[in-house]
Amino acid sequence: MITEAPRIVTARLDHEDSYTLDRYLATGGYEGLRAALARPTAEVRAEVDKASLLGRGGAGFPAGRKWSMLRPADITYLVINGDESEPATFKDHLLVERDPHQVVEGTIIAAYALGVAQAFIFCRGEFALGLERLTQAVNEAYAHGALGADVFGSGWSLDLVVHPGAGAYICGEETALLESLEGKRGFPRIKPPYFPAAIGLYGAPTVVNNIETVSNLPWIIRNGGEAFAALGQGSSTGTRLFALSGRVERPGWYELEMSKVTFDDLINHPSLGGGVKGGKALKAFIPGGVSAPWFGPEHLSLGLDQDAVGKAGSMLGSGSVVVMDETTCVVRAAWRITRFFHRESCGQCTPCREGSGWLEKILRRLEEGDGREADLDLLMDACDNIAPGVSWPPQQTTICVLGPSIPSSIASGIRMFRDEFLLHVKEGGCPMRGAR
Amino acid sequence: MGRLTPENLERARAIVALYPERRSALIPLCHLAQSQEGWLSPEAMEDVAVLCGVTPAEVRGTASFYDMLHTEPVGRHVVAVCTNIACLLAGAYELIEHAEKHLGVSVGQTTEDGEFTLEEAECLAGCDIAPCVQVNHRFFGPLDGPGFESLTAELRAGRLAELVPRHGVLCRVERNVSLPARDAASPGSPAAAGEENR
Ligand SMILES: Cc1cc2nc3c(=O)[nH]c(=O)nc-3n(C[C@H](O)[C@H](O)[C@H](O)COP(=O)(O)O)c2cc1C
Ligand code: SF4
Ligand code: FES
Repeated sequence: MITEAPRIVTARLDHEDSYTLDRYLATGGYEGLRAALARPTAEVRAEVDKASLLGRGGAGFPAGRKWSMLRPADITYLVINGDESEPATFKDHLLVERDPHQVVEGTIIAAYALGVAQAFIFCRGEFALGLERLTQAVNEAYAHGALGADVFGSGWSLDLVVHPGAGAYICGEETALLESLEGKRGFPRIKPPYFPAAIGLYGAPTVVNNIETVSNLPWIIRNGGEAFAALGQGSSTGTRLFALSGRVERPGWYELEMSKVTFDDLINHPSLGGGVKGGKALKAFIPGGVSAPWFGPEHLSLGLDQDAVGKAGSMLGSGSVVVMDETTCVVRAAWRITRFFHRESCGQCTPCREGSGWLEKILRRLEEGDGREADLDLLMDACDNIAPGVSWPPQQTTICVLGPSIPSSIASGIRMFRDEFLLHVKEGGCPMRGAR
Repeated sequence: MGRLTPENLERARAIVALYPERRSALIPLCHLAQSQEGWLSPEAMEDVAVLCGVTPAEVRGTASFYDMLHTEPVGRHVVAVCTNIACLLAGAYELIEHAEKHLGVSVGQTTEDGEFTLEEAECLAGCDIAPCVQVNHRFFGPLDGPGFESLTAELRAGRLAELVPRHGVLCRVERNVSLPARDAASPGSPAAAGEENR
């Protein structure tokens, strides 16, 4: 169902100059921060608790709960995760380019609620324009009195540094992100500790939150946590920014009320995805980034709801939906996704580093016509070695969850389209060649 | 050739001063060094090492982990064609084949005139404009064969110079505020210590 929910994080984006301070101030900008500063930090945290805001970075962890886990210490940090590299995800890219002040204000509100004195925004290096807009916004926020010593005369001070990444998917994983921010290779840290809230940047307690997560905060403070929680259903509150791509008429971003809007609406409604490209039949779709298991047409009626999607065997993940149509070769799609993981594996864990390479090679030979029937079992066997049982959520054998995410597309492909895999063996190559 | 210019050394010290620990400036300084010649020369990495208080080998070892940091020379325009899932579904492999033919190079190579380096990219978060291409990290798309040809012609003619600065120039807006708490010029600050090591 398409609902009349307000646009929370994209409210300004119809304006050409949505990224400027003038437009920001003319549309309620920094009022959330002023309202927050007028209240004790505990009240601000309580407001976010009331909103039941789920993290938008992929894991969907409640923001309020994460904040409550920050270990008290003399020095604590807040790091905003803008590394966005999960294939088919482009929402944070949009937010840093088109509404950088909202990102900055959200970061300041979170920092105030947490009582930190220094925050960082880690922005994916490939977002050159985004880096320029964010840097400009931070400069302007200092000049406006929203950053630096004595923020808006509150007596509280905050420094904010925009930190550029340098091209590595794994740096989106929060402990790898912190390593990278410390000037090192992006190697995820061994757990426990499970959360940087215990031991994070330079060993100090650190909260890591996603760009979209904090972009919701100005609205939540202005309108109240209850107004936010009134949108959506169950644990999936508020709206969420979905990135739609693949074989669909109108790829793009859509901010939608969680839970009530369905995948069918998102993909097919004329005001949203507008249907499968060229009127073709839907074959499968990925509901939440390439780490997520695939869904088929029978899942279209599901709401965009974290719990419902989880129960159905996949995840809403990073909020990116990829549409595959009847002309899409699923072997090729699974191969390309696996190749991505192989290239981006940081190499610390054998199942991930070696397994991803083997899987990629087997898929490639199937696609190129050198496969054999036994390859299907071989694929599943290798997947089982990476994530025993190949179940969802996956079992973990590695330092981070990049490894256990690798089997998602392969297991989905084989379970949903076994015949198409076999046809690749029988016909000595891709039966869809020419159709795509 | 290769060393940080006096102006960039100045900028580098200001960047180091933004961080509680100076090693954190390593990647920003690599970007800064790369803005000079489009890649990280051994001399530039030595300068970064001194500023961050690490060895040149640590700078190289870190830089080599990251796709955007080049330890070998590249062309004036690094053209990165995304072939990941959304772009694949929109014909990215056909596009990259076309790009190879048109430029006369394979993925990973630079044209003889030093104008273009062709790269195959992972998802660039431009999936709504698939197939999507970045030139020096500026977005173009959706692109087909003829679109690619006219883009490279425009770049070659220098008509897009404002939109697409030469490779290595990443963020043209400079931070204009130093941190109140840690003044870059104060004695004993990381930046000053880096200076003594030189
Ligand atoms: C391989 C991998 C890649 C990730 N990439 C990102 C990313 O690009 N952006 C992001 O915000 N979170 C990413 N995450 C999730 C982060 O580890 C972390 O959960 C998140 O930034 C927390 O923010 P949130 O609680 O506001 O969602 C990734 C996790 C893994 C395992
Ligand atoms: S699972 Fe893969 S990416 Fe994660 S730490 Fe291990 S090798 Fe690195
Ligand atoms: S898949 Fe190509 S930009 Fe995302």
